[in-house]
Amino acid sequence: MIETRQLTKRYGGFTAVDAITFKVEPGQVLGFLGPNGAGKSTTMKMLAGFLAPTSGGATVAGFDVESQPLEAKRALGYLPEGAPSYGEMSVREFLDFIADVRGLKGEPRYARIDDAIARLHLERVLEQPIDTLSKGFKRRVGLAGSILHDPKVLILDEPTDGLDPNQKQEVRTLINSMARDKTVIISTHLLEEVHAVCTRAIIIAGGRILADASPSELEARSRYHQAVSLTATNVNQAKEALGKVADVAAIEVDPQDGRITAFPKPGRSIFVAVGDALKAQGVEVRELALEAGRLDEVFRTITQGAGGKEART
Amino acid sequence: MSGTLTIFKRELRSYFATPVAYVFIVIFLLLAGAFTFYMGGFYERGQADLQPFFNFHPWLYLFLVPAVSMRLWAEERKTGTIELLLTLPVTMWQAVLGKFLAAWAFIAIALALTFPIWITVNYLGSPDNGVIFASYLGSLLMAGAFLAIGSCLSASTRNQVVAFILTVVICFLLLLAGFPLVLDAISAVAPQGVVDAIAGLSFLTHFASISKGVIDLRDLIYFVLMIVAWLYATAVVIDMKKAA
Repeated sequence: MIETRQLTKRYGGFTAVDAITFKVEPGQVLGFLGPNGAGKSTTMKMLAGFLAPTSGGATVAGFDVESQPLEAKRALGYLPEGAPSYGEMSVREFLDFIADVRGLKGEPRYARIDDAIARLHLERVLEQPIDTLSKGFKRRVGLAGSILHDPKVLILDEPTDGLDPNQKQEVRTLINSMARDKTVIISTHLLEEVHAVCTRAIIIAGGRILADASPSELEARSRYHQAVSLTATNVNQAKEALGKVADVAAIEVDPQDGRITAFPKPGRSIFVAVGDALKAQGVEVRELALEAGRLDEVFRTITQGAGGKEART
Repeated sequence: MSGTLTIFKRELRSYFATPVAYVFIVIFLLLAGAFTFYMGGFYERGQADLQPFFNFHPWLYLFLVPAVSMRLWAEERKTGTIELLLTLPVTMWQAVLGKFLAAWAFIAIALALTFPIWITVNYLGSPDNGVIFASYLGSLLMAGAFLAIGSCLSASTRNQVVAFILTVVICFLLLLAGFPLVLDAISAVAPQGVVDAIAGLSFLTHFASISKGVIDLRDLIYFVLMIVAWLYATAVVIDMKKAA
């Protein structure tokens, strides 16, 4: 479990993290979203015990990060931004070092190291110096180090950054497979990742929490939620047909690909009505889709709304 | 304690993972030999002792120890591994001590490899081996003090070159603290008490008495205190700099 109370970090006059309070339960995967410089990494660094909070506090697995730092660090697996590791060591030496620091001994030690190697597919590169590995492998080595002691709490700062699409998918599967009994926080710039792994998302900007909801709840805030989009052979005829549907609030045509989107009035569902109207008017429709909502649009709306406040600091 | 040991082992092994360690040891041995035989007049003196060998150690350390210490923390900060290290379940003090001891052990290995010269004087005559042992001890302690200073300055920057130069300058001033070069400048602005205090900080005076075979508790305490104080400063600097 992770809990923060009014967690704050100030650098001189600049407030990087501004009185953030949240709680993550075991089994939850929390996605930290926000523009660059929003305070995501600073928050994670405070949770990991690297930076001391200016005020407020946090507990990791029930241990206060300031007064019980060693206990908190033992319960925590942390992947810093950029997944740093000691370049001159081989992958095996690095994992051995982490196992030593974590106090893993005897049979469990070998089991844990083998498990981490297998989960991140590091068998081929075990004896290579980390410096000679590709960016994707370096990141996986860092991840292997952070899950080595099977921690109750995992904090991963941009775990899939720099990976190719296949590797991203593997890491997401890995996080999902470990999430059942763990408390996980990941930060990411990729909104599709929120869908793929997170049960909950917090959007922060300017050091404040702007939204805290499940990914589908966030999507529901989108203008596109419940909207209907289609492509038709005759755009004008389709627009005309859509205009006659009572619950349609607005119609937009994408100037690039001619895709038409009809937005419903608040709280109304228009999918069936639109289908009927198009059929009645005899509009030739090539494709018709109900939109779930667009996270990127919600993200932009929420974070840019806070842009004015951010510019002040 | 096990945290210190784990970090110590990792650090010491990392020295030998690259050619830098071997290059350092070879240069150290070559210079130590060259100073002793050519500038120290080892044979010409006609005395079976290692005075000419140890006399040059402070000057040898002045450039070689900062070369070892410069990467201690500057590199960790540059590559970001400092964030990894300090979020593992180890205390700051264990990390500072583990890294320092590894660097010190590395220099001890280089120093130990000068043993042929000890054998040589015993072959040529009958030196006072007690004095030689004391000199080795003093030399190692002095290297530790240089190293602790270097550790602190390495923590203050992510640029190794800056760390190197700062360390050389501060070590140079401390070496010569008992000499007119430093004292004249201070006596112009400070009272005699301060001048005496600064003169008492000189590495050379403390090292000279140990290397004469006089193991005075005060000299030992001086070097140990020097090491502890600078390591403490290292921890403070790391804490301050983490935020930036």
